[in-house]
Amino acid sequence: MRTPLSQVRGRGSAKFGTEDYWLQRLTAAVLVPLSIVLIIFLVRNGAASHADVRAALANPICAILLAAAIIAGVLHMRVGMQVIIEDYVHAQPWSVLAIVLNWFFAALIALGSIWAVAKLSFGM
Amino acid sequence: MSTSKAKAAGGVERPLSPHLQIYAPSWTMVMSIVHRITGAALYFGTLLLAWWLIAAAAGPNAFATAQWVFGSWIGRLVLFGYTWALVHHLIGGIRFLIWDFGRCFDEKPRFMLSKLNIVLSVPLTILLWIVAYAVK
Repeated sequence: MRTPLSQVRGRGSAKFGTEDYWLQRLTAAVLVPLSIVLIIFLVRNGAASHADVRAALANPICAILLAAAIIAGVLHMRVGMQVIIEDYVHAQPWSVLAIVLNWFFAALIALGSIWAVAKLSFGM
Repeated sequence: MSTSKAKAAGGVERPLSPHLQIYAPSWTMVMSIVHRITGAALYFGTLLLAWWLIAAAAGPNAFATAQWVFGSWIGRLVLFGYTWALVHHLIGGIRFLIWDFGRCFDEKPRFMLSKLNIVLSVPLTILLWIVAYAVK
């Protein structure tokens, strides 16, 4: 049954759907400056020594911006890959399995990268 | 689907909506496909960034191994491709954000924006690498 309220909310039987769309756009907008920061960081440190990378990440602004780029990037790519999966993989259980693996991959990338940035930044 | 008909459960042939290969390629269509491909490439490419960061956190030896791999000719080739994918996806993303605001949907600006994507991404990527070598 479609009540007027449910029509206003634009939600069907799945009860969600616009969150990922919104998250995709929000992270995209944030990633415009953040990916430029990431590119600058990598251009400056791509061929740097280990000590140089540690010194660069000891700067809190640099480390926080890099962590922000990682978080926004991982959220963005998780939605993006889920859209691709939903477009091409229809058969069950492969569709759900792919979406779950997509979450795990994104989480692993985020946890590993942020752990590394934190460790380097804290000088441990 | 190469055929325009599909067998339904009852054995009845139903028409399918036309898919990609039916249409003549246009700039908006090709750049949309490239946007998706570069996005998927960036997705798997995050493994490289994660590895590089984790290697740096693990210590000088692990970092030296990572730098050696990325510094090899094949490593540089992959990183060059990754740079282009990132720059291209970034510019393409700005185009989609412009469209999200309902701007530039007319025929001329629509195709102009799509062409601009590749026209900007290739020289910008080359420029980035020139700068990267210059600061090294």
